[in-house]
Formats: sequence, C-alpha cells, structure tokens
Amino acid sequence: MQFLADFLPAGIAMHAPALIVVIPLITAALAALMPNGRVAWIVALITAAAVALLSLNLLGQVMNEGVISYHMGGWAPPLGIEYRVDMLNVALLLLVGFVGLLCVFYALPSVADEIAENKQALFYSAFLVCFAGLLGVTITGDAFNVFVFLEISSISTYVLIAMGAGKDRRALTASYNYLILGTIGATFFVIGVGFLYMATGTLNMADMAAILEANGHNRVSQAAFAFIVVGLGLKAAMFPLHVWLPNAYAFAPNFVTAFLASTATKVAFYALIRFLFSVFHPDVSFVEMSFVWLFAVVGTIAMVVASLQAVFQTDARRLLAYSSVAQVGYMMLGLGMGTASGLSAGLLHLMNHALMKGALFMALGAFALNFGVRRIKDLAGMGKTMPASAMAFTIAGLSLVGVPLTVGFTSKWYLVTAALERGWWWAVAALMLSSLLALAYVARLLSAIWMDSPPTHHGELTQRRLAPWMVLVPMSILALANIYFFFHADPLVWLARSAAEAVMGGS
Amino acid sequence: MIEALYDVSPAWPVIIAGLLAAAFPMHYVRKGLALIAPVLAVFLWFNAPSGDHLGGIIELGGFTLETFRFDGLSRIWGLIFIIAAFINALYGLHEKDRLADASGLIYAGAGLGAVFAGDLLSLFFFWELTAISSVFLIWGARNNAAYKAGLRYLAIHVLSGVLLLTGAVIRASETGSWAFDETLSIETLGGFLIFIAFGIKCAFPFLHNWLQDAYPKATITGAVVLSAFTTKLAVYALARGYAGTEQLIWIGAVMTAFPVFFAVVENDLRKVLSYSLNNQLGFMVVGIGVGTELAINGAAAHAFVHIIYKALLFMSMGAVLLRVGTVKASELGGLFKSMPATTIFCLIGAASISAFPLFSGFVAKALTLAAVAQEGHWVVWLVLVFASAGVLEHSGIKIPYFAFFSHDRGHRVREAPVNMLMAMGIASLICIYVGINYGVLYELVPFPEAALHYEPYTFDHIVGQMQLLLGAMFAFAFLVRMKWYPDEKRGVNLDTDWVYRRFLANTLNWGHAMFGRLWASITNLVSGVRSRTGGKLFEVFSPIGALSRDIPSGLLAIWTSALLAIVLLIAYLSP
Repeated sequence: MQFLADFLPAGIAMHAPALIVVIPLITAALAALMPNGRVAWIVALITAAAVALLSLNLLGQVMNEGVISYHMGGWAPPLGIEYRVDMLNVALLLLVGFVGLLCVFYALPSVADEIAENKQALFYSAFLVCFAGLLGVTITGDAFNVFVFLEISSISTYVLIAMGAGKDRRALTASYNYLILGTIGATFFVIGVGFLYMATGTLNMADMAAILEANGHNRVSQAAFAFIVVGLGLKAAMFPLHVWLPNAYAFAPNFVTAFLASTATKVAFYALIRFLFSVFHPDVSFVEMSFVWLFAVVGTIAMVVASLQAVFQTDARRLLAYSSVAQVGYMMLGLGMGTASGLSAGLLHLMNHALMKGALFMALGAFALNFGVRRIKDLAGMGKTMPASAMAFTIAGLSLVGVPLTVGFTSKWYLVTAALERGWWWAVAALMLSSLLALAYVARLLSAIWMDSPPTHHGELTQRRLAPWMVLVPMSILALANIYFFFHADPLVWLARSAAEAVMGGS
Repeated sequence: MIEALYDVSPAWPVIIAGLLAAAFPMHYVRKGLALIAPVLAVFLWFNAPSGDHLGGIIELGGFTLETFRFDGLSRIWGLIFIIAAFINALYGLHEKDRLADASGLIYAGAGLGAVFAGDLLSLFFFWELTAISSVFLIWGARNNAAYKAGLRYLAIHVLSGVLLLTGAVIRASETGSWAFDETLSIETLGGFLIFIAFGIKCAFPFLHNWLQDAYPKATITGAVVLSAFTTKLAVYALARGYAGTEQLIWIGAVMTAFPVFFAVVENDLRKVLSYSLNNQLGFMVVGIGVGTELAINGAAAHAFVHIIYKALLFMSMGAVLLRVGTVKASELGGLFKSMPATTIFCLIGAASISAFPLFSGFVAKALTLAAVAQEGHWVVWLVLVFASAGVLEHSGIKIPYFAFFSHDRGHRVREAPVNMLMAMGIASLICIYVGINYGVLYELVPFPEAALHYEPYTFDHIVGQMQLLLGAMFAFAFLVRMKWYPDEKRGVNLDTDWVYRRFLANTLNWGHAMFGRLWASITNLVSGVRSRTGGKLFEVFSPIGALSRDIPSGLLAIWTSALLAIVLLIAYLSP
C-alpha cells in the first residue's frame, strides 16, 4: 500500500489536499471557455481522472500518517483554513472521485442526447463546479468553509437539475423547489455555525471540539447543534426533509441523477457525521439522545414509509429516488445506533448504495437514451431489446433488495448484526419489512423489463438496440462491482470500519 | 471408490448441467445434459464412503460451509432426488424450452445440494436457489394466471428463506453454532423461526396455499418436477432438525385430514393432486413428530415412494393435459379408449398412493402407522386411517375415474409420447418393485436395523387395509350411483388463501386509499392553518399551484421548523 502514497511526485503529493479541490475549480472555468461539448467533456474527464488519482494518493498518505493536516496558503490553524484528511473523509473522497470518473465517462452520449449543443460546455462547467464543491465539503476542516463549499455544490446542482428542462419542463419547478429548500438548509447550517462561533470563538473544527470539550456545552452550542443537524439533514434527504429529492432526481438529466444519487446526499451525510462525532462528541448527553430519539426513529420511519411511497410510483426514476430516501434511512439507523459497528455498517451501506444507485440510474439513462422511456410500464421488454443494460439493472436491483451474492446483502447483514449487538429487535424487524418492500418495488421494475413483451411498431416487435459502449462500460463496472465486493468485502468493510474508528476513537 | 470425489456433492453435476443448459441453444445437447447429470450424480452417490461422511468443506469469508454430508438420512433422500431428476428429464424429453430445461436441472441440483448441506448457511443458499430456480417452471406456462401465481410462490418462498436466515443468525449469535442437526429446538426464538421457514416449504396448514395455488398452474413437466423436490426437501429438513417435536404430530394430523375435503370438491385434477400431496406430507410430518427410529424410517420410506407415485400421477395428468388440453374433471372422461397405457400407469400410481398391498405405498405407510400405534397416539392414528380412506377416495379413485372412465366426452386423442410413457413406465416399475421386494427400501432407510424386524405383509395388516379400501370404494360407488357425489363444477375454490388473495389485497388497497385521504386531509389542515394565519412566509416558499400533485415546499419549510423544534427539545431535555 506504500505504493499509493508514493506514485505521485513529492511536490504534487504534498499539495494533494489542495489540488483535489483546486483542479476541478480551475478546469470548470476552462470548460466554460471550450468551443463545444466534446472538448469540454475531455476537460471534465481529465479532471475526474486527476481527482481519482489524487484521492488514491491521499488514501496512501493517510494510511501512512494517520491524519493529514494541510494549511491553506501556509496559514496555520486555527486562524488559517485547514484541510484535514483522515480515514473517514478519504473514504468519501475515493467514492466521489471514482464514481465521478465513471459518471463522466458515461456522460458524453447521454449529455449529447439531452442538452442543447450550445449549452453543453457550460453544462460540463457547472458539473465541475459541483464536483469541486462536493470534494471541498469532504476535505475541509473549517466549519465556515464547509458552508461555502456546500453552497458552491448546491448552486451548481440547481443549474444542473434545471438543465433537464430540455426534455421535460418540470425540471424547472423541481430545481426551483430544491433551490428554496436547499437554501433553507444552508441557512440553518450557517446559523448553526454562527452559534458555534459565538460559543467557541473559532471556526476550525478541531479547535471547536477542543474548546467545547474544555468549556462544556451551554444553550448556545445546543442551539447550534439543532440548526446544524436540521440543515445538513435536509441536504442529506433525512426523512421528513426529503421532499425536494424525488422530483429533482426524476427530472434532472440522466447523467446528473446518476452522479448526484451516488455522491451528493452521501457527502451531506458525511458532513453530518463529521459534526456529530468530531465537533460535538457522541458522549455528550444531547448528542447521545439525538441518536436514539432522532436518527434511529427518523431512519426507521424513512425505511418503511419511503419504501411504501416507492412502491406506488409510476415513473421509474421517481421510484428509485424514493428508494434512495429509504436507503438514507438505513444509514441514519446505522448512525443512530451510536456504536462503532452501527456507524461502520451505515458507512458501508453508504458506499454500497452508491454502487447500486449509480448502476441503476445509469441503466435507466441507457433506456432513456435509446428509447426515451421514463415510465415503468414503458420499460416493457427491455430485457429483450437492451439485454446488457437490463442485466446491469437487474444485478443492481437485486443488490438494492439485499439478495445474497450482492453487496446489498453485505451491508444489510452488517446493519442487522449491529442492531442485534445493540439489542434493537424492532430495528431488525424494520429492516426486514423494508427489504420486503424493496423486493416489491424492484420486482415491479424487473417484471416489466423481463416479463412483458417489447412494444410493437407497425406490427413488428421493437428490434434489439445496444447502448453505446461508453454507457455500457461504466454501467457494467458499477454493476459488477456489486457482485465483486460481495466476494471481496474486505476492502470496503475495512474502509468503513477504519472510517468509523477514525471518528469514534477506535472504541 | 475414488477418494478424490469424496468432496464432490452429487448436487454439483446437476447444477452445472443446468447452468450449461442455460447456455446451449441446441435442445438435444440440453436433453443429453439432463439425462447424463443424474447418472453422474448417482455415480457420486454410490462412490461416497459408507458410514457417516462429511466432505466438500468450503471456507468463505470466515464461515465454514459443509456441502457434502452423507449419512443415513441424506443418503435415502439424495438417491430418490436423483432418481426423480432422471425420470423428470426423461418425461420432459420432447419439450424444446431452454428456460424450463435449465431451471429444472438447477432446481433439482439445488434440492440435492440442500439435502447434502451440513450447515445452515449452505442450507440457506440451496434453499433460496430452489425457490428462485423453480419459479421459472411456473412462469414457463406463459400465461397471466401462472405469472401471478409464480409471483406469489416466489414471494412466500423468499420469505421462507429470509426466516431461515434470520433464525440461523439469531441462533448463531446465541450459541455460536451454524450446525444443521438435531440440536435445533423449537423452544428458542432462532429455532422457532427456522421451524416456520421449514413449515412454509412443507406446506403446514395455513402456510400451504402456495402449493395448490402454484402447482396446477405450472407447465406440464414443471408440475412433475415441482412435486418431487420442494416439499420433500422441507420434510427432510424437519426430520433432520426437529425429529420428535410433539407439535409436529398434531400439525401432521391436521395436514392429512383437511385437504381431503378440498380435494373432493375440486374440479382441476392437478389441483386435486396438489391437495393430496399436502395430505401425504401430513403422514411424513406425523412420522417425524413421533420421532422414534421406526417413525423416522416411516417418514423417509414414505417420502421415497411418495416422490415416485406422486410424480407418476402428475405425469399421467400431464399426458392428459398435453393431449386433451385440459384436466378439468368436468370436461374429461372415457380416455381409457384412446390412452390405454397412460390409464394403466395412472391406475398403478393410484393403487400405490392408496396403499394397496403389493404396491409401494403400502409398505411405507405401514411403518408410520405402526410407529404411531406403538407410541399410543390413538386419536392421531384414527385421523390417519380416516385420511387414508380420503386418499383412496380422491387420488385413488377420483383421478382415474373422472379422467379415464366416467362418461365419455368424446375425446379421441393419441396416446402420450413415447418418452412420457417410458418415464411413467419406469416410475410404475419402481412402485411395484418396491411394493413387492420391500427389503430394498428397508435397507435404505436411516435406521435399517429398526426396519429389518418389521414385517408389513401380516394377515391383519392386509385384511385391515383391504377393509378400508373396499369400504371407501363402496362409498364412492354408492355416492356416484345415487348421484350424491359433489358435482364437478368449474370454479375457483378458495380456502384459506382467501386471506391473502382477497383480504390482504383489499386491505392493501384500502390502506392505500386511506393513506391518500389522510395525506389530503393533512394538506387541507395545513392549508387551512395557512389561510387563517395568512402568514406571508408560506406564500414565499410555496410555488403556487405549480406542483399541485407534489407537496409544496412551504409545507416542508414547516416540517423543517418542526424538526428543528424537536431537536431543540431533545437537546433541552437531555440531562
């Protein structure tokens, strides 16, 4: 593993924490200047590849050194901005980097189909800004900086979603809705950070934690806690605050949905964990109570109610979007257990869910690309007309249900074990119920795909039409990863476990 | 004996043949595979060392999977599954359906794998594999009713698998053991869940509906294949884990008795056979519940002969379905003229299932009845005797009578295809051979020394059985003569599956509608509050009417505040 830390030149490796954010920010401006979408896409692809490499390098460095603290512009914290990488956020960086790379690879045919020619370069530019924002939220160790990057990623996300208007005008209202709610969330978050600043006089997270521990908590820090939890919870689509998500995912361009579904809510969830565990401490009584009475409760309700909502959807992407809300519920439940095994199970599910939903939304994108279908009943006969995409969809769908031989089973297994350890029988029951519901809605999709016959056109069955290879390759990689990581669960489990230990202090 | 093969479970050649069959478009290659695989499997079976043997151990992710446990119990079940797989392959030789070939083989292999599984994890793997592979045999009928029945079948079997896994996990977390043996107990939570999982597959009363629902809707070959494995696998699992569990005696007794009534009024003859399958399972379950060596022998022997004669009956009905296109009693009759060979085979199957002396059913059922009597369960014994009469009535007489005799409906069809006749012929031969040379069967049972002393053909046995049989035949003839016998009518007989086919579906629909109304009234309430307070905030946050079918973001703003209040409260109230 030493290799990972060494494969970049020392000069670059030293500044890797900064570069991983700065490169996409700069190339975003470059992409906007490019004459057409194709060139801009190449810029985006190179950027994503560079980010993926840097994230690997950071993993190597963290494994060597434990925690990397990078001082922006040479200004030492707490005054300067600190970028801080440990096992927890390096896992997220890897996820965002690699899923981002696969998504960009996938983007070319999909974007060419959905976005007007003269807007494609700008579209890629907006994507790179969003990418940079997500990476920034993940890597920074400064509370106000989190807010800044959160807004960078959010604002560009509003743009990206609204771009779906080329195919469906409802994307505009979806984007607007998200804008309103996202702004509420961001405002709540920044109010919380303000309170924290009031209570501690610093914006550096590690510093805040130290001061809070020394001085103890008071009403101000408690108010800060409430605002931050709700603000980030909204971004992470925590259950009652998820309403922006289904429409945003359903009407955004396919590439955007695939990317956001596997990264954006995950990053917000990461930020939540960071604040709960690294700034506040899980042993503080109100944090501990919020685990049991807020996250576990809300997570369980989400698992059941959002799955039920998914069952009755007619639009395939909306269905999967509701399922995403349910899956966030799984992660919240893992978090709510407040134990290292619970948290690591939640994080494992976070990574696995990115694999499943990435593949699922990519496959839906492939169906939309070839046949322009969105509704579930229009998926009829895709097993015959687009067998490869349908197969990838099936694998990822089964993974979503948690069928053995897929990663979905692994993370549910860990969640169940963690719940049993805690003695939470009701949580196990809810997990089972939610899996059954997942079976129901995935079966609706799969039965349409495999059981129904393809539509006829002038009396002839629709012909087989394979998706372009640029779509097939990343989609297959993600789908096969769902199986691969079942048999080789160790890397992901190790990542999740060491991430949990990084914030729980190895307990 | 080849020692290198001691680790290879007979399941693997069959499963691999199934996977290969899925890949081959040429049907003769697939048929060859289907015929060769059981031969390889039976070779492995003969090759296995005598005495108890544990092999095929796979280490996977910290778990030890034992895939080849060969002992008294798995020996007999393994052999009969292999024989069944061969007969099924022969029977389906004329079909050109890649899906059916592949799934039939994988299903049979999975059944074998489960029988030879030594721990609960491998059992779970094969358990789910049987469920998933077999559903294609139902869907293979390619009509809407079969599709829906298949979905119900799949759902309930996946549920069984989930229960099995949950139970196993709970048990492992309590005792640290994944063993699949007699240490399973119904007293513990884990053991109870596993028991229910087995019970679903074994079609316990109230858990049985999937059977009568799905089997009659399967394809012609599919029904034959299905009748052999799933439920007998469950019987095996019960015999392995829960032998001597008192509750099983009563469960089994109920299972033998209640299907009789449904079978009498049912019109679809394959459904009649499904009910009678349920009744036969009851005998085995009672045997397991009694749990003495003699009783376990009875259950095992019964399972062995039952697979053959039940398959024989399903095969004969399949031949009728193939040639005539229906197996509704109300539309059949007089077929013995055009299908004489099938008629004879069906009669042999009927004689076996009704336990006529000199047929296989007699020597097996006698063991169970003797064991029940030996332990002094007289009520259960009486129930079993009543059920025996019932079996004779609906399987022994009703099936052949309405299909082949009765009044002639004028069907003039060809005799069944040669391969079907061969398959039925082999099954008939086994029925008669085992009935006469019962020593072969008694050497194969799990406790041969207990069975060796048992003599089925005593004077009082034969007389008692003949009295029963003749009495039941007389009753049937009398009822038909007097026209009191229930008319064979078209229709769907719903028994307790009403609960999920009507009640649950209605409840779900109702719940959905209510949820919708509740949602609407909450929205109304909120908008009412909104108009009264006239707050400007809501106007700003709500995109007016633009997303009427979605929840306005204004509402979410309230929820956000409400959640904030909750978190603040939590923080405030915490000590």
